Amino acid sequence: MNKPIRTVSIFCLLLFLALLINATYLQYWKAGALNDDPRNRRVQEASYARERGAILVGRNPVAESVESDDDYKFQRTYPKPLIYAPITGWFSYFGQTGIERSQNDVLSGDDSRLFVTRLVDLLSNDPAKGGNVALTINPAAQEAAYNGLKAIGPEVQGAVVALEPSTGKVLAMVSLPTFDPNKIATHDLSAASESYKKLEADPAQPLLNRAIQTRLPPGSTFKVVTAAAAIEKGLYTASDTVPGGVTYQLPLTHGPTGLIDNEGRACGANNTRIPFAQAMEQSCNTSFAQIAGEVGAEDMAKTAEAFGFNQDYLEDLSPQAKSVFPTEPNEAELGQTGFGQFEVSATPLQMAMVAAGLANGGTVMKPYLVDEQQSADLDVLDKTDPEELSQAVSAATASEVTKLMVATVDDGTASPGAIPGVSVAGKTGTAQSGIDDVPPYAWYISFAPADNPQVAVAVMIQKADIPRGEIAGGVYGGPIAKAVMEAVIK
Amino acid sequence: MLPGRVADMSNTLMGFVHRRRRGAELFLLVLALAVGIGAYAAVGIGVEGEVPTDLLAYGGWLAALVIGAHLVIRIVAPYADPVLLPVVAALNGLGLAVIHRIDLALEAEGKGHGFAQQQLIWMTLGVLLFVVTLIALRDHRVLQRFTYTSGLAAIVLLLLPMLPGIGRTINGARIWIHVGPFSFQPGEIAKVLLVIAFAGYLVLHRDALALAGRRVLFVDLPRGRDLGPILAMWLVSLGILVFQHDLGSSLLFFGLFLIMLYVATERPGWLVVGGLLFVAGAALAYYLFGHVRIRFDIWRHPFEYYGEGTSDQAFQPVEAKFGMGWGGLIGRGFGDGDPNRVPYANSDFILSSIGEELGLTAVMAVIVMYGLIVERALRTALICRDGFGKLVATGLGSAFALQVFVVVGGVTGLIPLTGLTTPFLSYGGSSLVANWVIIAILLRISDQARRPVPHLSDDTAAIDMDATQVVKVAR
Repeated sequence: MNKPIRTVSIFCLLLFLALLINATYLQYWKAGALNDDPRNRRVQEASYARERGAILVGRNPVAESVESDDDYKFQRTYPKPLIYAPITGWFSYFGQTGIERSQNDVLSGDDSRLFVTRLVDLLSNDPAKGGNVALTINPAAQEAAYNGLKAIGPEVQGAVVALEPSTGKVLAMVSLPTFDPNKIATHDLSAASESYKKLEADPAQPLLNRAIQTRLPPGSTFKVVTAAAAIEKGLYTASDTVPGGVTYQLPLTHGPTGLIDNEGRACGANNTRIPFAQAMEQSCNTSFAQIAGEVGAEDMAKTAEAFGFNQDYLEDLSPQAKSVFPTEPNEAELGQTGFGQFEVSATPLQMAMVAAGLANGGTVMKPYLVDEQQSADLDVLDKTDPEELSQAVSAATASEVTKLMVATVDDGTASPGAIPGVSVAGKTGTAQSGIDDVPPYAWYISFAPADNPQVAVAVMIQKADIPRGEIAGGVYGGPIAKAVMEAVIK
Repeated sequence: MLPGRVADMSNTLMGFVHRRRRGAELFLLVLALAVGIGAYAAVGIGVEGEVPTDLLAYGGWLAALVIGAHLVIRIVAPYADPVLLPVVAALNGLGLAVIHRIDLALEAEGKGHGFAQQQLIWMTLGVLLFVVTLIALRDHRVLQRFTYTSGLAAIVLLLLPMLPGIGRTINGARIWIHVGPFSFQPGEIAKVLLVIAFAGYLVLHRDALALAGRRVLFVDLPRGRDLGPILAMWLVSLGILVFQHDLGSSLLFFGLFLIMLYVATERPGWLVVGGLLFVAGAALAYYLFGHVRIRFDIWRHPFEYYGEGTSDQAFQPVEAKFGMGWGGLIGRGFGDGDPNRVPYANSDFILSSIGEELGLTAVMAVIVMYGLIVERALRTALICRDGFGKLVATGLGSAFALQVFVVVGGVTGLIPLTGLTTPFLSYGGSSLVANWVIIAILLRISDQARRPVPHLSDDTAAIDMDATQVVKVAR
């Protein structure tokens, strides 16, 4: 019987070899794929229980892990939750958003540059610690923006973005209504899930970061782009005259639907010319519709795209909406784009980039939020270098448009943004929503000081509980922009 | 040639004399105890941050059990295989430590725990029965007398869970009986009895099964009338599958019978017949029974049955895979994993607990230790001098191999999942006690096999002259 016993032995050997190979496959070759499965709660819980790095604004954390006495060891807390929630996002048992998500590798300590730290922690049997992320945010500007927007009323929906024109650093990014990420990060998981559901169901959409995710017609603030396109094309200088008029019938149209006006502002009589400065100061729709027609669809689109329309540029937060300048509008539509209507739509960040680009001699810098990545013991791993997004217009053009914008603040509709003793360039906007029951959107863009710009701001008020007639970019947006600019310049 | 030289020659011809190797066994046992007690201490340090306060008592008890078993072997089976007991002691010790670790996790969750103490009691009972078996069973051939008795007992045991009143369905399989406070898996005992019954039957009928038959396409096929037993066993296996929903036992019993039949008859034709029957049975079960089909589908595409929006029937196997992947090469360490996410982490899925916290290293060590047990069993079968012993050793060894393959393969996703226990590791009294008895029987057979052949030739010449013949009995 020994021969079959030997055969059986070989058979058993093969069985065990198969087991060994399969175990190796499962625990070695396939382990990475298994760990990456989003449904794998083990991996998520492990990172949930790790001491995560802080998100810093200046020297102060806006998100940090503090020790807790429960199983998860560390509780993620947000010391200034409402002001910074749209930027930090949250780190919860169920997932991450905002900077918590985009910088997860550094914060959790999984980043390959933190390998040595991890190794030291492993050998010294210390729990692994994540690295820190320092933001570009200027805390004074951020608080000024938040308080200014908040002051409009409890129901306000809007956003403020401030940029450093020479670098693209985001100095402030506020979105209202906001939320408390502490309530989602809590270890009381049912309460966390409850809070999240409530926020998600809220019709005011508090989880939306309106600064980068809400795209609305920019209205008259877009006139600076139209002006820049016209001057860049060599049609005008700031001191030339442009077509004026009380009303203007758009090409290809007849009757009231194609007839635009200036809501009574002083833009000269029909078929006369007015100074370019007056057209900007009084925000003359009739002028800019005609200027856009003179520039042409191709050059309008080229300039708009050079400022960032139809492009993605922010890497530090997602998702974000892409601002739109329509391709191939007809002549009537082209006229409407001249004052930021038709299908033109922009995020507050995009309009801040328009202002910042003009402030920076026509060079648009790529916006960024993460200034530095640091290891747990504060060694700098990486400092973001400012990067040029595009040369939107020439320095000469930028300087001409700046003159028009300064005039608009000094003598025109944008006067609420004026700062005594500082030259401010600005432009208001009141965009029609195009929907009957929805009030118009108020915009304000500006930068200061006009001769040596340190900050560019865009304010957008999507909805506020104020009478419809009073919604005008200058009245509400101007003071907020002023407060933010002052916070930076001081 | 000198007479002394002749005696030497005959000794060499009869095979060399095996050494007892009891010292080696003791040395290996110390290593095995280091594994068991060390793992217990590591659980305490890893989970609670301190060496368990009862480490001395626990270690002492474990040591007393295995050293006691060792001493009994020294006295009643001095030539027994020296590797089996240490391997089993290491596995049992490791299993206890892991069950204790899961206990601590269950305690933290506020669930019922204390399985480790229970398992230690079962182990004590197992070692006691091991000792009793070794002492009571001085010659394994005695078992041959109980061929039909144990066959009948096995069938009764297998049918017991079907009886209303004492049978229970746990985890979808009706393989448990409950009598008063005790619950028991009779299939584990039936496994031993079946091996004895098969061996006894096959030793008697092997010639008929082996020699008759015709040759078809280079394969010797058995006679139709000899197909009776294999068909009966096939039906019993299918019955277990159909009525008890126990895929694992069904596969185990049929495979076991097939291997023993092949070894007894030395005819690969039986494997062909059996293999075809297996394929037919498996296909039949797949098409006829929903629970078999769903097991198979879950095995093919586990991730489609896992997570929100699905039936989540693959929760257990997928969590086990996640755990083992998370463990990686060296594991998370005791207390740093989350093995308790897998349902039955201390019994059916104890291997995934080991994989998660001790890593691939430990999983391979465990598989190799099982391999060693099988290897020692088959080696015993090779050197055993009687057919019955050969068959019993082969049967027990291959039953072990099949069971390990089915359960480890199921947990690691090599084959569809079945509900068998992991020998010596899983929490569960029936399995542990039955496996200790299996080891006792294997040790008894190996003691017989390795024992030097008595010198029958010494003075037979003188006795031949006498009128009466003396029959020497080999002891």
